[in-house]
Amino acid sequence: MQEAIAVSDTVRFTVNGEPRCWQGEPMARLLDVLRYELGLTGTKEGCGEGECGACTVLLDGEPVCACLVPMLQCEGRAVQTIEGLGGADRLEPVQRAFVEAGGVQCGACTPGLVLTAWALLQREPRPDRARMREALAGNLCRCTGYERILRALEHTIAARQGGGAPAAGTGEATP
Amino acid sequence: MSRAFRPRSLQEAVALLGDPELGAVPVAGCTDLMVLDHAMRRSHRAVVDLLGLAELRGIRWAEGGGSAGGPVVEIGAASTFSAIRADPLVRMHLPILAEAAATIGAWQIQNRATIGGNLANASPAADSAPVLLALDAELVLVGPAGERVVPYRSFHLGYRKTLLAPGELIARIRVPVPVPGTRQRFHKVGTRQAQAISKVVLAMCCRREPDGLLRGVRFGVGSVAPVPRRLRGAEQACEGRPAGAATAERAAAAAAAEVHPIDDVRSTAAYRREVLARLVRRMVLELAADAG
Ligand SMILES: Cc1cc2nc3c(=O)[nH]c(=O)nc-3n(C[C@@H](O)[C@@H](O)[C@H](O)COP(=O)(O)OP(=O)(O)OC[C@H]3O[C@@H](n4cnc5c(N)ncnc54)[C@H](O)[C@@H]3O)c2cc1C
Ligand code: FES
Ligand code: FES
Repeated sequence: MQEAIAVSDTVRFTVNGEPRCWQGEPMARLLDVLRYELGLTGTKEGCGEGECGACTVLLDGEPVCACLVPMLQCEGRAVQTIEGLGGADRLEPVQRAFVEAGGVQCGACTPGLVLTAWALLQREPRPDRARMREALAGNLCRCTGYERILRALEHTIAARQGGGAPAAGTGEATP
Repeated sequence: MSRAFRPRSLQEAVALLGDPELGAVPVAGCTDLMVLDHAMRRSHRAVVDLLGLAELRGIRWAEGGGSAGGPVVEIGAASTFSAIRADPLVRMHLPILAEAAATIGAWQIQNRATIGGNLANASPAADSAPVLLALDAELVLVGPAGERVVPYRSFHLGYRKTLLAPGELIARIRVPVPVPGTRQRFHKVGTRQAQAISKVVLAMCCRREPDGLLRGVRFGVGSVAPVPRRLRGAEQACEGRPAGAATAERAAAAAAAEVHPIDDVRSTAAYRREVLARLVRRMVLELAADAG
């Protein structure tokens, strides 16, 4: 019986829509496979224990910490990383808003934050600030103080409503 | 290399976990397991994935499903906190469970962390624990010896020790549906609102009878003892008494006297005792403020 349900060491899943067939240690972290085997280094490692969100990817569309997902549980699933969202030539509106609102400084948190923000705006057209803060609470940023990140989301929402985006600048004097 | 198994039924899972040769550990959302794996640089001989088991999924209403005979909300142990906080039955009948689920980690964690893992991991700070104590839940355990139903209040034997036998799993959590008019309260104190392990976490469930007296009072508390526990002293201080300042004071004093918290990285014993007393007092006063 055990042989019948033993998992072969092969995991079939998709990364940014591309089918992948991966072989290796079933408890390997999705984070390491993305970064070191598939070369997708947009996904960052901060804490390695679920606290910082730098490693956020979308698993079947849901934000998760790739440092806490074993390859075993990727079988048949769709993984989306920041590389799948848009490059410099085709930025998603929320990515452009991060840039324009000054929501990016060192950038270590940015891929994770952008993915979480994008997933939120996919689900909820008009989250208020309290809801944004709640959804983004698992993505730590040591640089920006979050204010400009929240503004980036607000700009994205405003632009989407077509009501003319508020000035995309930072809206504050930079020291 | 670990051997990995993705069983097709609970029975298969239990057979695998009960095989001492294999030495397999169950894995669910991995939000505790992989944190430890990483920190301790440890690996596993074999793992059994629980996430694919239909028997461990879903949240449903079951008429006469509890030992007491009333209706229960039955929650599959592999339900994630995202699923729990969004579930209409939970939101309507067990609002404090939805509230607790929404405070566990952040979105990424809630998408993966399961309620069965939260209980089996047996941290004294697990946020679902006080809620399930206040709601007097039962656990359906399935193991090599078959199925048994145990009151959750008897589940924790000591610090990180539970009554799970080797190879035994938490399959479902049965929560008796509180009678209409039951008051439920939840309050968690951490360093910030999200992604914070509790310094003190308190849940309460009780009825206020037409005569104004409190009945069926249950307090569940976490982070103030080696295990999540009930506050029997505070419960007795409220039972059959009017909601009000005098009862609130008695309950707060009883709570402070019956717990023995410790100093640790997150807080001090003195702070925890003081905060617990204040939370108990406030919850009882809120009952008095409520109309009806
Ligand atoms: C960043 C972060 C923040 C967190 N914040 C909170 C918080 O605020 N509050 C809180 O309470 N918790 C918090 N946690 C911990 C919480 O995520 C876990 O306790 C979670 O609920 C465990 O479930 P899991 O499915 O991830 O379990 P796993 O990690 O897969 O397993 C945990 C343990 O339980 C066993 N197990 C799993 N399922 C079963 C079952 N059905 N039957 C028997 N044994 C089983 C496993 O073998 C393992 O030993 C946090 C964790 C992280 C990483
Ligand atoms: S690296 Fe995964 S959450 Fe920090
Ligand atoms: S920009 Fe540096 S951590 Fe966020």
